[in-house]
Amino acid sequence: MTPWRWASGRASGLRVRLLLAFALLGVTTTAVVASGSYFQARTVILQQAQDAAVASLTDQLTKVYPVRRLPPSQEELDTLAHRLSDREGYAVVLYRDMRAQGAQLPEPLTPELRRAVGDGVIAWQRVSRDGEPVLLIGTQLQIDRPDGTPVPSGLEVYSVRSLASEQQSIDRLATLAWLTGGLSLVLAVLLALLAARGVLRPVRELGRAARQLGEGDLTTRLAVRGADELADVARTFNDTAGTLERQVGELRRMEADARRFVADVSHELRTPLAAMTAVTDVLDEEADRLPGDAGRAARLVSQETQTLTQLVNDLIEVSRFDSGTARLSLDDVDVAAAVTATLRVRGWADRVRAELPSGVFARLDPRRLDVIVANLVGNAFRHGAEPVSVRLCAEPDWITIEVRDQGPGLDPEVLPHVFDRFYKADTARTRSEGSGLGLAIAWENARLHQHAGQTGSLVAGNGPTGGAVFTLRLPRVVTDAADAGGVR
Amino acid sequence: MSQVLLIEDHQTVRDGLQLALTRQGHTVDAVATGEQGLERLRVASSDVVVLDLMLPGMDGFEVCRRIRQLGDLPIIMLTARNDDMDVVAGLEAGADDYVVKPVQARVLEARIRAVLRRTGGESRRSGGERSGLEEHGALTIDRAALVVSKGGLPVSLAPTELRLLLELAQTPGQVLSRQQLLEAVWEHGYLGDSRLVDACVQRLRAKIEDDSSAPVFIQTVRGFGYRFGPL
Repeated sequence: MTPWRWASGRASGLRVRLLLAFALLGVTTTAVVASGSYFQARTVILQQAQDAAVASLTDQLTKVYPVRRLPPSQEELDTLAHRLSDREGYAVVLYRDMRAQGAQLPEPLTPELRRAVGDGVIAWQRVSRDGEPVLLIGTQLQIDRPDGTPVPSGLEVYSVRSLASEQQSIDRLATLAWLTGGLSLVLAVLLALLAARGVLRPVRELGRAARQLGEGDLTTRLAVRGADELADVARTFNDTAGTLERQVGELRRMEADARRFVADVSHELRTPLAAMTAVTDVLDEEADRLPGDAGRAARLVSQETQTLTQLVNDLIEVSRFDSGTARLSLDDVDVAAAVTATLRVRGWADRVRAELPSGVFARLDPRRLDVIVANLVGNAFRHGAEPVSVRLCAEPDWITIEVRDQGPGLDPEVLPHVFDRFYKADTARTRSEGSGLGLAIAWENARLHQHAGQTGSLVAGNGPTGGAVFTLRLPRVVTDAADAGGVR
Repeated sequence: MSQVLLIEDHQTVRDGLQLALTRQGHTVDAVATGEQGLERLRVASSDVVVLDLMLPGMDGFEVCRRIRQLGDLPIIMLTARNDDMDVVAGLEAGADDYVVKPVQARVLEARIRAVLRRTGGESRRSGGERSGLEEHGALTIDRAALVVSKGGLPVSLAPTELRLLLELAQTPGQVLSRQQLLEAVWEHGYLGDSRLVDACVQRLRAKIEDDSSAPVFIQTVRGFGYRFGPL
């Protein structure tokens, strides 16, 4: 999984949550501020328009004062209406059932309005005319009594004024509010992204580093930036990785020391063994001539010298595998002939049922093949029951050699440990039956054969009819670094 | 029976091998260092050298090269078990064969006998050898006298090299596998080390080919083995 998908692949991820929080915050703030100022401004604008209209109407009414007599004539009503009309609006004048001719009211007057006007109050109402907002202002003309006090005349004037320009201003305000909201949303998202990046990058780096550490790269460290909580986490990670590296390094050193010790001991044992081995033939020859106990002792020493030699050789072989210095010596091998030779040399040719199709060639290390097959067959004789069979199968890329016996088979508990070093399935078994390293070495030898990602294998199991089955699989073409470019 | 020069620095190993080889009827001259061994060769003759590679002072490879410069005395190396680099380096230095320590006396004895058979005129091959001179282009092989010359000039070949050449030249144009050559020339049973053949072929080519990187007489047949000619 790539780091990017790792970071953004979840709906509940840190990035998504941060984005949502910032967007919500931005939108809420903007909505509150914008809508507040919108309504405030709208009220102010309308109030101003209204006040101006009322003032203008009152002003005009003053000019047409006084009404000479009541009831007024139709002509007077028309003139009054005409005088009160201007660019910004027109007026409708009513007196009881009479009304000035010409302009009509946008919609019937509401009883509330008429009552308010009847009471001598300047009343107003916002109505809609053909979808356009208009302001309807109503008032009643006053008549001066002879003593100078004004009394209502019953002459009602309704002025109709368009609010289109005010509506435009308000619309502009609304647009502005939306725009501000949108902008702040974008800003909030950008800020959120920035913040998410700032937080997520260290988190992502931490994830990557942890993964590398998990994959075995113990030298992985994080760059510590700043002094925040994330920096603390990075520092803790580095400390942990450092400790881990030290401890693993220590363990590896101890393991390498232990292995080197085994290798050194084996090599040191070889010199005295070389001297002893050189004279085992002498002991064997003389043993028959030596009397009683001396002869038996000589034979025992000779025999055990060989056992010890085998053990030391196996230990050296194992330490070669451990240190990675084991090398293949490749040759083109007729596999059937090689297996036959292995059986013949050890005197097993007549005891083993061999199914070895001829003409199977493979490029492998014949000495190691010999070691594997000899180990498997020897093992089958020792721990299984005869008949022991060896079967060779050839595939285009692989050869398979199956060694099968008719014994009781391998205990399921034993199966996982069959290739362990010095593992003895039967604790009562004597040591003289081999070094205890044979199968471990066979397994390592199989794995040493590699070609283009194919690795040889040795697998233990039980056959369907009982009896242990060891299956060796080797790639037919094996490459080895030491073999490349060799003159062959 | 035969004179063996044993060069081995560990005294017990030296004593053990000397004891065992002497019982087999060889006369064993045992020394502890390469320098002593070379000095001994100057004053007394030997039939075969058994040489430990890990020596104090002058190492086994250098001793091997010096002995080769002196002549065609057969050399059998004593090496650590499968120490591959040592084996290859030793064979390149001119050793004829090698055994891995710890070695049983009878195994070493068999190798000594095999290498001595190559030196001596005695023939193991059934059917007998063709006598007289063989001409292979510029190369003349005298099977009776065991002499090889090229363009009229004698070529000095070590016994194993000579045996290998005789074996290959016996059937010109026919491929012999490394295993066949190991059994015929070195008398190794199954699982002989094919590097013995490869190293010996290299040395032989250096002596008889005009250009050993483009061999005419001894050709490699990849995946099968070696072939003499065709010229």
